[in-house]
Amino acid sequence: MMKKKLLVYLIIFFSVPFFSLSIEPDIFVQSTVNRASKLLGEDISKNEKIEKLKLIAKETVDIKGIGFYTLGAKRKSLSDEEKKEYISLFEEYFLKSFSSRLAEYTNPEIDVKNKEKLNDNYTIVNSILKATNERPEINIDWRIYTKDPNNPLIRDLIIEGLSLARTQKEEFASVLSSNENNIEALFKVLEEFSNN
Amino acid sequence: MMKKILVILITTFTLIVNVHAGSDGDLVLKKNEPSEIKDCSETFNKASFALNQSLDKIIFKPVSSVYRVLPSPIKTGVSNSLNNLTNVVTIPNNVLQGEFALAGLNTGRFLINTTVGVLGIIDVASYLGFSEYVKEDYGQSLASHGVGPGCYLVLPVLGPTTARDTLASLTNFIGGDAWYNVTVKNDTHYFKDIDYYASRVTAGVDFRAKNFDSIENLEKNSLDFYASVKSLYLQDRQQRILNSAKIIETQDDSDWEEIETQ
Repeated sequence: MMKKKLLVYLIIFFSVPFFSLSIEPDIFVQSTVNRASKLLGEDISKNEKIEKLKLIAKETVDIKGIGFYTLGAKRKSLSDEEKKEYISLFEEYFLKSFSSRLAEYTNPEIDVKNKEKLNDNYTIVNSILKATNERPEINIDWRIYTKDPNNPLIRDLIIEGLSLARTQKEEFASVLSSNENNIEALFKVLEEFSNN
Repeated sequence: MMKKILVILITTFTLIVNVHAGSDGDLVLKKNEPSEIKDCSETFNKASFALNQSLDKIIFKPVSSVYRVLPSPIKTGVSNSLNNLTNVVTIPNNVLQGEFALAGLNTGRFLINTTVGVLGIIDVASYLGFSEYVKEDYGQSLASHGVGPGCYLVLPVLGPTTARDTLASLTNFIGGDAWYNVTVKNDTHYFKDIDYYASRVTAGVDFRAKNFDSIENLEKNSLDFYASVKSLYLQDRQQRILNSAKIIETQDDSDWEEIETQ
């Protein structure tokens, strides 16, 4: 009897940490922002900042998911080879674009305010980028992909209600439509951007 | 140039779908979905866009780069004052959209800020606890009654718009904008034409300065800057029409859901 009781205690004791591993989306956003903010405030070169920001992005952003979303309906007609090539090119493009955008800011102060769970897969986290003398306060919402609650990932940034992923999707659609929907043209543009 | 714009407006307006007086939010949302709005005059729009970019580089960017480093109280005062002026268009549009209580609130806001707030420089109404000010215009009123946007347009100097919003904005010049009436339309002893045009140019500079870094960043990191501006403008417009800043109310999530099946 005693042994059985002890076993039950042990099972409960060891299972608790596993259950409590899930990370709340708002805490995830605040810690990601703090990491980026600390880095941007460091006294290192812009290129070093960009390289370190890329590492943070790789850990915290669902680049592959954003890549497929951005491609819109076109992704359905791609072969596996093309998908592979696209994701590789998109990742390079995304990391360069994302990190050079952020590297322009020095020590941005972002406060997480609220969160709204849309469903099991998505939570929107609301935050505010504090005003400086040169720009007003900016509302930034984060679409967090929470399918794996232990590993939440950023899928979109919504700045003052304007979705960056949606903008990028329409941008890619424009590149495709002005090149007879040829995916190779998009590959070329992505490659050129990354190499410049 | 004017003739060309007129022809484009007339042809694109025919694409504006019929009016439903009692249209619900879903219908308005669908009609104003950015990806559904056609770029019927892309060649003309891209030429206007290029012209506007040149004007921006020569005039707006240099001026706003100086304006943005002015002390905050000056910029806030200018911005408040310009915002206060827009009440004279917002209030009639609150009425046109059936928002009578809001029209009353904005009238109170305008009177307080114009008098106690010294011509709108100080936003006294906000200090008194008035709700956040939301601008309305004649395009938004038409949209709220179910008029579709028609084609996307880029006008020289004035920038991105839609056929509906361009035609609706003409209302400002036939009596719908009290500020235009007392400055340009009617010969009053208190104001001159230059007051109206100066306020419009200053509003442009104020907007450019507030978004200085974002615009620079977007231009530098865009694969297709024209498409990015079009998308951002139409997303913003859709939100203003729906009076919602919540992305989940204005964005169709089906594409995100589909990614799950990848």
